[in-house]
Parts: sequence; structure tokens; C-alpha cells
Amino acid sequence: MPLSQQELKQLNEKACQIRKDTIDTVYWAGGGHVGGSLSFTEIMVILYYKYLNIDPKNPQWPDRDRVVLSKGHAGVGYAPILADKGYFPKELLKEYNHTGSILGMHLDGNKVPGVDVSTGSLGHGLPIAVGLALGARLQNKSWLTYCIMGDGECDEGSVWEAAMAAAHYKVTNLVTIVDRNRMMIDGPTEEVMRLEPFADKWKAFGWIVKEVDGHDFNQLADAIEYAQKEDKAPVVIIAHTIKGKCVDFMEDKYEWHYGGLDSEKVELAKACIDKHYCEM
Amino acid sequence: MAADGLTYTIVDTANMSTAEIYGKVLCDLAEKHNDIVGLSADLAKSTKIGQFAAKFPDRFFNAGIAEQNMFGMAAGLAKSGLTPFVSTFAVFASLRAAEQVRTDICYPKLNVKIIATHAGTSFGQAGTTHHCTEDLAVMRSFANMVVIAPADGIETANAVIAAYEYKGPVYIRINRGFDPFLYEKSDYGFQIGKAVQLKDGTDITIIACGAAAYNAYHAAGILEKEDGLSVRVLNMHTIKPIDEEAILKAVMETRRIVTFEDHNIYGGLGSAVAEVIVKSGKACAFESVGIPDEYAIIGLPEDLQNYYGFDQNKIIEKVRQIMGKDFEQTEDWEDEV
Repeated sequence: MPLSQQELKQLNEKACQIRKDTIDTVYWAGGGHVGGSLSFTEIMVILYYKYLNIDPKNPQWPDRDRVVLSKGHAGVGYAPILADKGYFPKELLKEYNHTGSILGMHLDGNKVPGVDVSTGSLGHGLPIAVGLALGARLQNKSWLTYCIMGDGECDEGSVWEAAMAAAHYKVTNLVTIVDRNRMMIDGPTEEVMRLEPFADKWKAFGWIVKEVDGHDFNQLADAIEYAQKEDKAPVVIIAHTIKGKCVDFMEDKYEWHYGGLDSEKVELAKACIDKHYCEM
Repeated sequence: MAADGLTYTIVDTANMSTAEIYGKVLCDLAEKHNDIVGLSADLAKSTKIGQFAAKFPDRFFNAGIAEQNMFGMAAGLAKSGLTPFVSTFAVFASLRAAEQVRTDICYPKLNVKIIATHAGTSFGQAGTTHHCTEDLAVMRSFANMVVIAPADGIETANAVIAAYEYKGPVYIRINRGFDPFLYEKSDYGFQIGKAVQLKDGTDITIIACGAAAYNAYHAAGILEKEDGLSVRVLNMHTIKPIDEEAILKAVMETRRIVTFEDHNIYGGLGSAVAEVIVKSGKACAFESVGIPDEYAIIGLPEDLQNYYGFDQNKIIEKVRQIMGKDFEQTEDWEDEV
């Protein structure tokens, strides 16, 4: 179903706020994986504010949808969403990375309410998500598993091991989204370790591929709803995104995979974000 | 008797390899508990989890030759509320997929049971790629992990049942092929973390695990008969949590301890026992025997047990050697700390 104008407006407002919260969190944390935390904002916002069947008051609710943020380094982008949903007080974001805080660079499933799996070691998420989905299927549970991956982590062999298994076992109660921002720590993905033809690789492994503009809520909605319903093969949504999206001096710059922000840069970044949403 | 009421004797398990006994016990458990699922990485046949696969095909997932994904899937399955039993060779479970076991399974203390076969040098002819003399060290260093090296097939049955009843990750290493039976029946009071005293003694304590336990028990009998030595033998089937009480008792009552294991001398049973002795501050003569810090030679497992010093004859030799040392005269036994 296409999004209504009202829905679209609300999602964009949320994305704007989460982006600015992310900038604040990077500041409080003394640095963070900001580039990839701004590229996946629309993906996370549409999941958390439209599709996920969750209850932040009861994070362990057995029938909740499971989320595996396989690109676990994007904690500074994820934590503001969890706080906004009410999993923990927003004030905690100010202690991000501080000694003894529950919030560290990679969000920890043992510590942070709302986080199902401790991720951060790349290539671990999809195997776990496949296991979760198989477990749900075996127990006739209707909850879905959502796995959000980075593109760089697709260098890991374990991703393709899991891709093979998901196709082999026809794991279709799983929605996999790759944040294809084309940048990794050391440079563009195609220079560090070529991923293209990326979609063809997934197809060759037996997946159905949906390629979308990862900053377009309507395209994301169509693809997610398709993936939720598809029951013949697993679906991967390759969401083409821009690293550092909405912050001019970060956009498409692998140097901003990880970075720190001083108060001046924080204001500059927020001004860029506001400008972007005003123009929309 | 296990809470499940499952008991086994050498009659039930006659002519079965240790892994076959595991396969049988897992099937028996799975009959009663439908939360059990199985995984292997193209080694269902060799590890005998294939017995479970044949009986419960819907509850078994072959990951293909892809151990990292297998342990990741096991983590996911456990998180969904199921109890995965995962079987592959020890070398792949403890090394190939070590990070998945640590981060995805041990850190969240998931209810995954790893039954790793072909451990130590039990696959002796296969060579270094298939030997595994590091798993106890690796697994012991993962917080939350329980590590068990059963002495024989009957003890493997007990360990598998105990692992199911315990909530959290468990690593059980068993041998390829047939182990001589140390036990005739499974109802000898197996408990995770509690050593079994196979023989009491006051002159020296042998602490062994896995195949070495059987050899130690029989060596002790000969040492008693031929040398008049009173040899205590502890089957330390659980490497972690180690039975500190039994070790301290041995320190105080025998003052000499020697360990035997099919594992690198660093990081396994010998190290675990040494840690307890040293912490106690009590004087105790100590030696640990296993694979020295090298990669094992190729050969039949029984030959390797001899070569590396933990078959019956070499255990006898080692004990005689330790008993012949006059460290008592040179050291003050006073051990007030």
C-alpha cells in the first residue's frame, strides 16, 4: 500500500529528528560511526515506526518481531530510535560510550532493552537471523525476523554461508535489508573489495532481490511489504543509500565512516539536516 | 539417575562407538523433549548426530560445510526458544567457528550444546588438520561455557543428558571410534563440575580426563599391586567449572599430583589443575602430561597415547618417576600462607 501523505510527512519528521539525535549522540559519545548511521535512517525509521510488531514496554514479549542489526557499528544511529520508542530514557544517550554505561559503540543485547542480538562483529547477523527465522517456523510462530546489514560486511564468507542456507531452507519469514552505501572504512566498497555485480550474487544464491532508493520511504515500503509476503524464496532488499546522508560535509565520504564532532560541527550538521528537510 | 530417567549400561551400548552412544542418547532425549534441534556441517554421519537427523528430519539442519553459519544459526534457534545440539569435529567447532561460539552463543549464555567429536589425537591418522589439541584451552577461556571431556561412552551418555538439563552453553569433546569402557553403568552419580574418584589413595593423585582416565585407572591398579603404591585416581570429566574441592583434597592428602590428557599441555586440564594448586598456596609436587607444545605426529590413536605419555604403561612410568624424586627432603612441607 502506498504511504499516505500524512504518513510520509510523519516518517520524514521522524527521520529528521533521529538524524539530529544521532548527531547529538555522536557528540556525547566522543565519536561514532556516523556515516553509516545516517545512511540507514529511513530503513530503521520505517521499520520502527511502521512495520515492527514490538512492545517497548515489554522488550522480551515472546511474540515480538526480532531485529538483528548486523551492521552493529551503527549504534549511534540505532540507540536514538530505541530511546525514542521508549525502551530506555533518552537521557541515557548522553552517557553513550561512558564508563559503565549500557550504551557502547556496538549495542549490546545483554544490556540494552530492545536489542535482540549483540552485533558488531560483521558477518554474524545473517546466520543468527536465519536461525531465528527457522526457530519461529519450527514453532509455528508468526513473528518475523528483520536483518539489517551493511554492504561492506558482505565481504565476509559467513554472509554467503547464511545466504545459501536461507535459500536452501526457504527461509521466507525473514526480511533482509542491505544498506548499500558503497563505503567502508578504508574506502569505496568497489575499491577495497569489489561487491558488484551485487544483486546478481544474491540472485545466484537463490534470493529474490529488490533494489530500492534507501532514502525513499515509498520504495522501502513497497519492498518491505513484498518481502513480508513472499513465500517462495528469501528476499533481500538492496537499499541504495548515501553514506552521511543529509550532512553535506559527510555525504558520500568514506572518511566519515567513523568520526567525532565538536560543538561547531554539531551545529553545522544539524543545520544541513534542517535545510534538507525544509527543502523537501 | 538422571532426572530424565535415562540410564545406560554396557549391555545397551555394546559394540557402539562413543559417538554412536551420543547419537542414541540424543534420540532418546529428543523423543521426550521437542525443543531439541540438531545441526551439523556435513558431518552428521561421522559425528552420529545423523541418527537424530534420520529420526527427526524436520528438527535437523545440515549447514553444509559452513561452520560459522552453523553456529550462528544455532544461536538464532536457541534465541527463538529451542535447544540446539551442534555436532562437528572438535577442530572446527573450537577453531573454525570460535568467534561465533564466543560472541553469539557464550556471551548471551544461549542454550546451545556443542558435541564435538574426533577430539584430541583420536583421529590420529588424519593428521594435524584434523587433530584438535587446543579445544579445551579455547573453550575454557570463553566465559559462561561449561567444558566436559567424558572418559567413555557411558560417561558421554551422562554428559549429554546433563548438558540438556543445564541451561546454558556446554562443550563436550568426545573421541573418534571406540573408547574402552571405564563404567559399566551410567548411574554412578555423574554431576557437571564434580570429579569422580575412581580409586582412593594417599601417595599420589592422578587426575585425568577423556581416554586418559581409563588408562590411569588401570595403571593405578598395577602400581598398587607391583609397587605397593596407594594411588588416587580422579576422573576430571568437567574441565570447567573445575572441581577445586577434589583438587585441594588431593593436595592435602597426597601432596603429589600428575595430570594426563589428550591435549596440548598449555591451557587444558593440566593448566586448570595447576591454577587451583598454585592459588591454594600449599606445597604439592606437580606434573602435567599431554601433547607437548607441538603438533601431534600421525598414527593410530593408541600409538599416540603411548607416544605422548598417557597410555597405561607411560602413566605407570611417569608415576614411578615422580615417586622416585626426593623433593620431600629438599622442600619444607610447611605451607602456611
